[in-house]
Order: sequence, then C-alpha cells, then structure tokens
Amino acid sequence: MDGGAAERPASAVAAPPALIEVRGLLTVMAGTVIHRDLDLDVREGEMLALIGGSGSGKTTLLRMLLGLEVPAAGTIKVFGHPLGRCARIDLECVRHRWGVLFQQGALFTALTVFDNVALPLRELKSLDPGMIETLVMMKLTQVGLRPEDGAKMPSELSGGMIKRVALARALILDPQLLFLDEPTAGLDPDSSKQFVALIRALRRELRLTVVMVTHDVDTLLALADRVAVLADRHLIAVDELAKVARLPHPFVSNFFMGHLQRCEGQGLAGFRATLDEAGGPA
Amino acid sequence: MARLRGDWTVLGLLRHAGALAADLPALRADATLQWDLSAVSRLDTAGALLLWRAWSGQPPPLAGTRPEHRALFDLLAAGPAPRRARRVDATASEKPAVNALQASFVGLATHLLAVTALAGQLLLDALTLMRHPGAIPWRELSANVYRTGTQALGITALVGFLVGITLSYLTARQLQNYGADIFVINILGLSIPRELGPLLAAIIVAGRSGSSMTAQLGVMRVTQELDALSVLGISHTLRLVLPKVLALAVALPLVVVWTSAVMLGGGMLAAQAELGIDPLRFVQGLPAAVPIANLLLGWTKAVLFGGLIALLACHFGLRIEPNTESLGAGVTQSVVVSITAVIVVDAIFAVAFSNVGL
Repeated sequence: MDGGAAERPASAVAAPPALIEVRGLLTVMAGTVIHRDLDLDVREGEMLALIGGSGSGKTTLLRMLLGLEVPAAGTIKVFGHPLGRCARIDLECVRHRWGVLFQQGALFTALTVFDNVALPLRELKSLDPGMIETLVMMKLTQVGLRPEDGAKMPSELSGGMIKRVALARALILDPQLLFLDEPTAGLDPDSSKQFVALIRALRRELRLTVVMVTHDVDTLLALADRVAVLADRHLIAVDELAKVARLPHPFVSNFFMGHLQRCEGQGLAGFRATLDEAGGPA
Repeated sequence: MARLRGDWTVLGLLRHAGALAADLPALRADATLQWDLSAVSRLDTAGALLLWRAWSGQPPPLAGTRPEHRALFDLLAAGPAPRRARRVDATASEKPAVNALQASFVGLATHLLAVTALAGQLLLDALTLMRHPGAIPWRELSANVYRTGTQALGITALVGFLVGITLSYLTARQLQNYGADIFVINILGLSIPRELGPLLAAIIVAGRSGSSMTAQLGVMRVTQELDALSVLGISHTLRLVLPKVLALAVALPLVVVWTSAVMLGGGMLAAQAELGIDPLRFVQGLPAAVPIANLLLGWTKAVLFGGLIALLACHFGLRIEPNTESLGAGVTQSVVVSITAVIVVDAIFAVAFSNVGL
C-alpha cells in the first residue's frame, strides 16, 4: 500500500512545513522576463511536479532552486537557508541534504560508475574506503544495477542505465530532497515505466520530498501529489492533480487531453497500483 | 486554354525555371484564358508558388485542378508568408554608440576583470586549503603534473633538440668568420636556459595542455558536469582550476630544465660537427660562461608561465557556453591568448632584468 501524502485526504493532516520557499521571484534572461512575482512552497514529504509549455521557464526555475542561476529579484529559501547570500558553509550543508537527477544524467565521463556514485561520499573525507564501497554497492543494487556495472564507464551505458546511475549518485547521501529534471525524457516506454516504478519505490523507502520537472503525462500521473503549472510568467496553479487537471486554461486542457478520467481518485489509484505491481522489486 | 502537365515540383522545375518565368506571365496576360491543371501529376509548394507568382497572386479562371493541389493554392491565397526576422543582437541594441574599437576594449577589460577575479578566488581557495590540509586535492594535482609534464617530455625533447642544432649551426658559421669558435658555448649557454628553453617549453605546453584544459572544462559545461559538481557543493575553482594552475606551475619549470638540457645537447653535437669542439670541453665551459642567475631567472619565468597558461586556459574554459561553436572558439582563444601572454611577460622580464646575469 502506498503511504504518500496525496493518497490521504488533504484535510486530515495539517500542512507540513515547507522545505522550499520561493517569494516574489523575478527572472530576466537576455532582456526577457521569464518569471514575475512567482511564489512557490514545497512541503515536506510531497512530490511536486512542475509542468509548463516549452519555453515557459521550467528548467530555469529548477536551476534557480538549485542555486545554479541567480534571480534578478526575490528570495529562494531551501531548508530555511536563503540561497545566494548565505555563507558558503551553509550552502554546503544544504547541498549535502539534496540530490539532483539531471536530464542527461550529467555523470562525470572521466570516472567509472562506481567512482561517480562514490564521489559525494569521498567528498566528505571522513569515511573509510570499505564503508564507501559497501554504501555504493548497496545504492547500486537499490536502483537495480548489477555489481559488475560498477566497473563500466558512462559512455558504455544505455540511456536507462545512465539515469539509474545518476539516481544512485543523487541518493548516495540519503538526501531529504530530490530534484528530478525530466526523469523519463529520452527513455523508451518500458524503461520509462520501470524507472517511474523505481522512483515510487525509493520514495516510499527513503521518505523523500521530490521536485520534478516533466512534460510526460504518464510520469506525472504516476508520481505527482501536487502539480504546479507554469504559464504566463508565473505559477497559474499549485494544487492537487485532479483539481489542476480541470483548470480552464488552454495549456492545461491540452496537456491533460484524453487523460482527465485517469486523474480522478479511482482511476489514478488503479494506475499507480498496476505500476507498482508491474515494476515490482527490480 | 493553357494546359499544364508533368511534375511541377522543385526538382522537376529546376531546368525549366527560366523559360517558365518568362512564359507563364505572358500567358496570364490574357485574363480570359482558361487554365487546366488536372494533368499535373505532382505539385509541391515550390511549383505552386512559381505559378502563383506568375499569376501575380490573382488566379486565372481554372478549368480543372486536383483537390489535393487546390489546398496548396488555398494556402498561398491565405496571405503572404511572414517575413523572416533578423536576429537582434542584444548587446548591439543596448549600446548602439559602441563602435568596434570600444567594443574590443570593453571585451579586453571584462576578460581582465574576470581573470583577476578568478586569480583572487584561487588565492582564497589556497588559503582555505592551508587551513584544511586534508582537503588538498592530491590526486588531481598529481594527475595534472603527469598529463602536463611527463607526457610533454617527448615533444619538448624533439623540438628542443632540433632548435638547439639549428641555433648552434647558425651561430657557428658566424663565429668561425672571426675565429671566435669557443664563444658558441657562451651564446648557447646564455640564451637557452634564460630565454629559449622557458619560451619554447611554454609555447608547446600552452598549445598542448592549455587547449586540453579549456576543452575539458568546456565539455564539462556542455554535459552539465559543472552543474553536477555545483549541486554536490564542490567548488569549481578549488577542485578543477586550482589543481591545474598549481600542477602546471610545478610541471613547467621541470619541463624547462629538460627542454633546455636537450637543447644544449643538440647544440653541443652541432658544435662538435661544425667547429670540432669536444663535448667534454663544452660541458666544462658552461659553468664559467653562464652565471647561475640565468638559471634562476629561467625557472622563475617558467613557474609564472605555467600558472599563467593554466589560469587563462581555465578562464576561457569556464566561459564556454553549452554549444559546439563556443567550444571551438574558446579553445582557439585560449591558446592564442596564452601564447601571447607568455611572450608579453617574457618581454617584460627581458627589460626588467636586463642587467642581471649577463
């Protein structure tokens, strides 16, 4: 049975604290305003999906949340630390508490799979090699890779395996917060389903809070508790999937065209249950 | 009745475009003439546009068209295609008054500023490392010394040897004229460790290692590896730039010793062949002819050149945008600028230390 927050009625529990707080975000790139007055809260334990048309600034917003781009105005707080103007040591603490899965994986091409996953652990400079090896091999098994895959170079991996290794690297420090940038983009339908089932399983095990950018309806239906819709330079809605799907906005109605039934309680629960069974333990 | 037949496609019309452009408008001049397009086997957008232009946008009375062809004319009738937009250069439109000369000065100033900032950041990182010696990236340092130093030994030896021979032959001929054969030791001994060795090694290393450093950082930008490091909380300057700069500052003086030695060896062989100077006498003559200050000066320059080449290479590498064009341009710029910078610094040294060791 799934213990995710969305499956419980929203009114039964008080809203958990926000891990990410965005207030009054203004983004300007090459003279064009991308976001204006954008507010967003990501609550502990939830899976928030960020959707929006192409060019609406989803990836840019994600990069802002990661501190890779600096906003023109507004504040972004992650774990209560404001990004950008806090001490470096603070930022390092934040960065040890989150994991990021980049769209193309962004594995270090000069390092083997094992070394890629081990890198964040080695950075801590306090673990002995034996412990690092055990942790890395545990994580590789957890994402469904075989021990012999650890010796491979990133260039020898298939698209699905690259994502799995990247996920293992993102999760190696057991972060509270996981960012996924288009987790299923470029995967065939079968690998995509397996990967989504894997993320669902890991999320249950590790009690992750997840922020995900996606344009794939299946991924969205399988994973998202709440959906934030980016359009017209700000978030036009941040709400539960079923409510967002009925929003009278051209982008939203196009996005969910033909999927409305599946966003409702019964259809959604059924879809997720079959996915969990089919995916099973990898 | 004008009856068209055959393939009215871009390939089919290639050979007849000139003749058709003259004939079709002439036919259209008769406003009452009926046009029958039902025998046209294939019509594509280019063929339809050719006809449309010949008709000046006013279709004549059509006796027959195929339905699938009519859709193309409907598309053309719907109105002219939008005009293509010219790319607006954001920087040019912001400052229209800036001319090319000013722009290049502004560009130079931004680069100087960025390089200074990078050097400052490296200094801060070095201080951090002094306080936390455990964080010194030894592996990266040694890997970089190996790549930029050890692996450059072959090429620097070859080039150094050949330059040494050339130099020795050329001077030997001149010196023979005055019977001053023995001064070949002074000339080679002064010029090589002080000037030619460091300069030659630096230029080869700038082309070899400088370009590879820039390309490596650039590709890491393209593959988002730099972003991945950032989100892991790993500093680019501390982990990627500082080891490269330190390693090259250590490796280049060593490469310079090697290159100078091989160069002198080449010169020595040429001196024996041309002037009959015994190699033993050459080696014994060197310490007398060359004050030790020249060696120290050569090494100081080599440390500086090494740091400078790596710093500039990393500066250009970190500025690379995630596209192929920028990668190529960045590598070219890096090599050109670092070689120029090495020569400029060398010239400054030559003037500043003109009364040392000569």
